[in-house]
Amino acid sequence: MRRFFQICKKEFTSYFVSPIAYIVMAIFLLVTGWFFFTTFFLFDQASLRNFFSLLPLIFSFVIPAVTMRLFAEEINIGSYETLMTLPLSPLDVILGKFFAAVFFVVVLLIPTLAYAVCIAFIGDLDWGPVIGGYAGAVLLGAAFSAVGLLASALTRNQIIAFIVAMAICFALTLIDKMLVFLPLAALDFFQYLGVGVHFENISKGIIDSRDILYFVSLCFIGLYSTRLVLQEKN
Amino acid sequence: MIHAENLTKYYRDFCAVDQISFDIRPGEVLGLLGPNGAGKTTTLRMLTGFLKPTDGTVKIKNISIDENPLEIKKLIGYLPESAPLYHEMLVYDYLNFVADIRQINSGKKETRIRELANLCGLNKVMHKPIAVLSKGYKQRVGLAHAILGDPEILILDEPTSGLDPNQIVEIREIIRRIGREKTVILSTHILSEAEATCDRIMIIHQGRIVADGDAADLRRAADEKHRIRVGLTGATFDTIKKSFEKVEGVETIDLINENDMQVTLDLVSSGKMDIRGELYRRIKATDWILYEFSQQVESLETIFRELTKEN
Repeated sequence: MRRFFQICKKEFTSYFVSPIAYIVMAIFLLVTGWFFFTTFFLFDQASLRNFFSLLPLIFSFVIPAVTMRLFAEEINIGSYETLMTLPLSPLDVILGKFFAAVFFVVVLLIPTLAYAVCIAFIGDLDWGPVIGGYAGAVLLGAAFSAVGLLASALTRNQIIAFIVAMAICFALTLIDKMLVFLPLAALDFFQYLGVGVHFENISKGIIDSRDILYFVSLCFIGLYSTRLVLQEKN
Repeated sequence: MIHAENLTKYYRDFCAVDQISFDIRPGEVLGLLGPNGAGKTTTLRMLTGFLKPTDGTVKIKNISIDENPLEIKKLIGYLPESAPLYHEMLVYDYLNFVADIRQINSGKKETRIRELANLCGLNKVMHKPIAVLSKGYKQRVGLAHAILGDPEILILDEPTSGLDPNQIVEIREIIRRIGREKTVILSTHILSEAEATCDRIMIIHQGRIVADGDAADLRRAADEKHRIRVGLTGATFDTIKKSFEKVEGVETIDLINENDMQVTLDLVSSGKMDIRGELYRRIKATDWILYEFSQQVESLETIFRELTKEN
């Protein structure tokens, strides 16, 4: 367990050594801030619902940028070999990198608490959905991080890793907006598959075990596939 | 210490390592020698557990790699070819990170890192990012990384490749110092290096072991032929050849160099027969002047070339 923590610490700090962390954070805050406040006064509601409804879409391209380097860079420069021959189990490495990405997502979300505080000053903010929203955002971020980690393990090229992860995340986000094109019988299934419904439920403040299970199983599938991909490499 | 049996590795249809078996005793410094693409790196990667053999087993201290990879990784310090390390990290931070993973307790950690900085000559670069270091320094950081956990076995893949002559001497010196206490396996394609640093040399060619032993063993095994170089004046090559051909045991006579001053030639004799006495008697009977008369030692290079000829 201590070893897993060392990997996590190393990965997390190396985000902040390179400019990636600051660029990603700046873009994220700029985009969310812009979309949120341009519509906020039109709706005239003291809630963060608009902010949260945008998150799946924004996370779809922000999180792949966070996760793309995790394995692809190591495989490319060869440090993957050095890492895997240290006394670490593959699980230590995968979980270490995964949680480093999740913590980074948490750090990414912290400045957005300012939106909530601002709104609480000018209107009567219901904190329930806000807390639910943040919990959902972390779950969503974790699920997308798992997807990104898998994409990163598949290739030595970070750009490919980014595009593959983005494609999967976009597909998961948009699938329930494309339901019109799908046969009626498969409708429920595809709606369940998409991120949208589950995330909306949580961000309304409804904590349903089915939604949590959905995100947790998405993480599990991503991480387990990563394990299989790495196993295939040797 | 290390027991490998029938190790085989296929990359799709390409057979990189073909059923090799060997034992390595504790405290031995083994040099793995071979031309490029002979299967050295693949063999080392299988020993460290980074690659899974297609067939065969590796046991280290009677622990099989499949059963307990973590335990084996603790025993091994490994420096991959060209020392791929994290570019963005500082040397000190990197060694610190490895020390944490190797679970060196925090009391000893600082002294251990300082000790290694001295041993590998890293004091000047401790606070530089690895990315800006020269190749030689990167290699030294890699070496420090491998030794850090005080592992019983050190596996070094081409530890001196790409270094300048001074650095090569330094790295060899470090390896020799470590080799006194630990089991070391290193791969190289430089013969003099293997001869200088290793107790035992194993030559690999096309995935198979073609020779195994110390330098003297290899010389003996390669060929039993003697080669004698003679330098003379006072006669043409043809005359000399005619005279020497009659000596019993002479197989071939090669002209090395002929000019106005001197004729130099090589005589190859078979087996254990020493032809030098008879040669000398023949030269003495003439009025030729002898400038050179020496038995050529078959150099490791020749042996190596002979064993690893493309077939």
